[in-house]
Amino acid sequence: MLEVKNLHVSVGGRKILDGLNLTVKDGEVAAIMGPNGTGKSTLSYVIAGREDYEVEEGEVLLDGVNILEMDATERANAGVFLAFQYPLEIPGVATMTFLKAALNAQARARGQGELQTPDFMKKVREAAGKLGVGQDMLKRPLNVGFSGGEKKRMEILQMALLQPKIGILDETDSGLDIDALRIVADGVNALRAKDRSFLVITHYQRLLDYIKPDTVHVMAKGKIARTGGPELALELEKSGYAAFTGEAA
Amino acid sequence: MAAVKETVDRVKAIDVDAYKYGFVTDIESEKAPKGLNEDIVRFISAKKNEPEWLTEWRLDAFRRWLTMEEPTWARVDYPRIDYQDLYYYSAPKSMDDGPKSLDEVDPELLRTYEKLGIPLREQEILAGVQTSKVAVDAVFDSVSVATTFRAELAKAGVIFCPISEAVHSHPELVKKYLGSVVPVTDNYFATLNSAVFSDGSFVYIPPGVRCPMELSTYFRINERNTGQFERTLIIADAGSYVSYLEGCTAPQRDENQLHAAVVELVTHEDAEIKYSTVQNWYPGDAEGKGGIYNFVTKRGDCRGDRSKISWTQVETGSAITWKYPSCILRGEASRGEFYSIAISNGRQQVDSGTKMIHLGKNTTSRIISKGISAGKSNNTYRGQVSAHRKATGARNFTNCDSLLIGHDCGAHTVPYIESKNASAVFEHEATTSKISEDQLFYCTQRGLSEEEATALIVNGFVRDVLQQLPMEFAVEAQKLIAISLEGSVG
Amino acid sequence: MNKPVLQRQRTEAEVALIERFDQGDRRLVGASALRADAMRRFAEAGLPNRRVEAWHYTDLRGVMRSAALVRAPETATLPVARECLTKPVAQTGAFRFVIFNGAYNEELSSSGPLPAGVTVTSLAAALAAGDADVLGALKADGPGTGDAIVALNTALMQDGIVIRVMPGAKVERPLAILNLMSGGFAQAAFLRSILLVGAGASVSLDETTAVCMPDATQANEALTVVVGDGARVDYAAQVAEQGEGAVAVHGLFVTMGANARFNGFCLVPVAGLVRRQIFARLEGEHSTISLGGLSLLRGKEHADTTLVVDHAVPNCVSREFFRHILDHESTGVFQGKVVVRQHAQKTDGGMKSQALVLGEDASMNNKPELEIFADDVVCGHGATVGQLDANQIFYLQARGLSRGEAESLLLEAFANEALELVADESIRARYAAQAADWLAHRSGQ
Repeated sequence: MLEVKNLHVSVGGRKILDGLNLTVKDGEVAAIMGPNGTGKSTLSYVIAGREDYEVEEGEVLLDGVNILEMDATERANAGVFLAFQYPLEIPGVATMTFLKAALNAQARARGQGELQTPDFMKKVREAAGKLGVGQDMLKRPLNVGFSGGEKKRMEILQMALLQPKIGILDETDSGLDIDALRIVADGVNALRAKDRSFLVITHYQRLLDYIKPDTVHVMAKGKIARTGGPELALELEKSGYAAFTGEAA
Repeated sequence: MAAVKETVDRVKAIDVDAYKYGFVTDIESEKAPKGLNEDIVRFISAKKNEPEWLTEWRLDAFRRWLTMEEPTWARVDYPRIDYQDLYYYSAPKSMDDGPKSLDEVDPELLRTYEKLGIPLREQEILAGVQTSKVAVDAVFDSVSVATTFRAELAKAGVIFCPISEAVHSHPELVKKYLGSVVPVTDNYFATLNSAVFSDGSFVYIPPGVRCPMELSTYFRINERNTGQFERTLIIADAGSYVSYLEGCTAPQRDENQLHAAVVELVTHEDAEIKYSTVQNWYPGDAEGKGGIYNFVTKRGDCRGDRSKISWTQVETGSAITWKYPSCILRGEASRGEFYSIAISNGRQQVDSGTKMIHLGKNTTSRIISKGISAGKSNNTYRGQVSAHRKATGARNFTNCDSLLIGHDCGAHTVPYIESKNASAVFEHEATTSKISEDQLFYCTQRGLSEEEATALIVNGFVRDVLQQLPMEFAVEAQKLIAISLEGSVG
Repeated sequence: MNKPVLQRQRTEAEVALIERFDQGDRRLVGASALRADAMRRFAEAGLPNRRVEAWHYTDLRGVMRSAALVRAPETATLPVARECLTKPVAQTGAFRFVIFNGAYNEELSSSGPLPAGVTVTSLAAALAAGDADVLGALKADGPGTGDAIVALNTALMQDGIVIRVMPGAKVERPLAILNLMSGGFAQAAFLRSILLVGAGASVSLDETTAVCMPDATQANEALTVVVGDGARVDYAAQVAEQGEGAVAVHGLFVTMGANARFNGFCLVPVAGLVRRQIFARLEGEHSTISLGGLSLLRGKEHADTTLVVDHAVPNCVSREFFRHILDHESTGVFQGKVVVRQHAQKTDGGMKSQALVLGEDASMNNKPELEIFADDVVCGHGATVGQLDANQIFYLQARGLSRGEAESLLLEAFANEALELVADESIRARYAAQAADWLAHRSGQ
């Protein structure tokens, strides 16, 4: 379970999150919707442990443990996975090398032995096949020269391999055409499980046609402005965010 | 597109001789005897009625200069200068009794500036003949002949006057800052300038004041065989701001004339100086005869935290340009900028660039240089970016592009990038290319002549820098670019 | 940047070097006119120092306080060499020529028949015989002739290997030159090798410089390569081992004919001071030269790569790609100059220098120069100095890698991208292993 309690965050003296509260239960898929510049990406970065954000107040608990004290590595190994809106290109690092390094890091953190190469290869191939990630992509340097859709699929592939407790999808639908969107959504849906929750951050309702949320939160001006069921997303699609930006002002 | 149209019209209108400021003002001058020795230094100092400390300062510089060698590292080539065959002081006779009010200035001088398009009559400016207000200090050979809008500036506490006058009216400021950015012994030409400097502008902006109008100095070399050694000193006190413009022209003469200036800028905490130059000295004729040798030392010292100095230059003139407007980034989070367009045509030789010396923490700098070589000219960008040990978080971005027009010119890039701090981030990129055939074809296919198309493309090439210039200067510069490239196509 | 003052005192090292020549070392056979002229030029200029523009960042006069002695190639030290040849860096896996303590040593070199189309002789023998090709090649140092340290090499060259590849010969296995010094004390060597590649031939050359017992040695080595029309040369070099206080200067002179290709790389993971100078001249159209390098520096190490690529004819391509990783108080220098002569139209030149500065007190100096006299060209350079990308580190951490692991992975990637320029796979693998060792040593601190 992920609990965000009274989170206040600023960047360079500018307040971004202003007393945000949010709970995502085990097995739940929660969507966060909201206008641009409202702090949705900041929330995902702060949960994942990116530096340069000043947490002034509040807690982020994963299964009751405050993860704000941990660095990004420790959080990842505790089961936080962030699918980046803009996955980084890392020239010179072969995708396979990277995947192996990540899986081994996780295994070590859990006190398990490192994966044997044949097991690793098998695991990657299986997961890659489901997401339509070809061998050629796995041989190339991580994300270098990948199309927008390929990058997003690579993020989901990593999530499938790392099996996190909470998967945060930051605008995963941005820059995807309808076919790519379906592949990515299928990948996410396949990972839904009793003990795994998701936080799906999106600007548009479209993604939620494919990844059906249990809960929808509307975020405005650095906090959750309203919470409801899937019908809330449809309502927003019609009426837009104006009511919330006005309401919160 | 209006400006482009104007450029094109301008190019068309031009006759064989493109340099339009090449006329001579017929005015009686008083000169120091030819040559350079301690007596000449004393003569100049006496002419300006200087206090003893300044006379000694000059003599000290002169003695040091005698022990120095002319630098040879720049990519410029010229016959040895005979420093004894020059006049070091020349002033219109009518200025004998010192600076006068505008009404008393010799009408011949006023007409000269009128011809150059420099507004010296406040009434006309106020009457709206000129669109925006600019205060002007007009320097003619070795003396300042007029400074406008002084009274209005004084109301804001801004001091804007010839440096020869500031020595008397504000000795404490001059004594404190003169030579504090460019030391007397800095380099051969700066040392020479320190010994024989004649006139130039002095600006002081008091704390918290935003200078109410643009300040400008207009330099004119008129007299034959005369060197101009101006000295400019601008101090922006804490939290102040000033935009300063500098223009220069000289008559068309067969001999080479020497211009060795020193410009010192100081910004205190949170202050900003924006210094723009449109340099249009006579470049010599197509065969390389005549023209100004421009050996200039310009340097700004960002002494205060968060202070900023920005140099913008459009270099079209001079037979030889040797000029590196620089910033010493001493104050924390201070910023230096250098935007340059250097155009060379005919037999011109340009060796110009900048130095960004990062001394303080979190200092930033940006260099955008656009060089255009045409004719038989050589155009070199020479720049240094360095981060010293304590310059934690220093950042620089440099972009220098060169464009070649024709088969007989050269374009060169010589950057020195030195980092002694692990947290410094420097990025440098440079390209050299010719005007794209595709672009030219595209334009000509739309009906432009090759010359028009070239002017259009060149204007696009230098756009990033032109944008940094104050509005009217930008228009002027754009015209100048087209004129400078006259005859370079085909 | 002012002119050097003419009347200056010679340093102890300069005096010793000039005297060594004047007193007539009987081992300096042949090419006497060439040597005398070179020594005259060296004596005039002295050791390069900060006031010499091309040596601004590497003050050899200051570093070389005294001139080390050359050592006679005695048999007593052979066991040291044999031991040294078992080290990983010597495992070139190629046909190998060993220059030991200043002389070509046949006994230590590979035995058996040379690859087809290849003939070799020692430089000393070629000079003694007045070999016209060799003398001609020595005269063609091109832009390097103005350099005092090159002149010193020409004046005092002891030996080296002269390799000729016949026109049309395709040499399958790489050839290797191993420049070895026994070391154990401050020792000097002046070596010059020559590779003459005939038209249409292809060859791969692997050159390694090492000191068996690392000490404050002084090596002045040079390689002259003449690439014939349509020929291809792959060249990889490294300064593999030397001690603290050691100085290694290496000159590479490349002259290229038409439709030729030269692909050069240099790895510098080593103590002391290393200066590599490359002077390349494209004399035939439609040729391509690619130069790359990787310097991994720590402690007070100093590595300088200075190169001049001279496009004398139209339609050629040049690429330079150099990377530095600088730890501790090390210093990296990259100076690259691309010259495009007036008629060298359609030149395509690209140069890139990238440095990662890790050590608080490390420094990097970049001077990428363009000197262009032709208008129809596309030339550019880029130089960056900085640290690892914080966003990339975060991305890797968000996937569970520790900060240290993330850094190591990124550094390895940075190094490997440069190593991709090494054409020969076996050499690339050897270099990659060395780079990995270097990085492992770093993260193990």
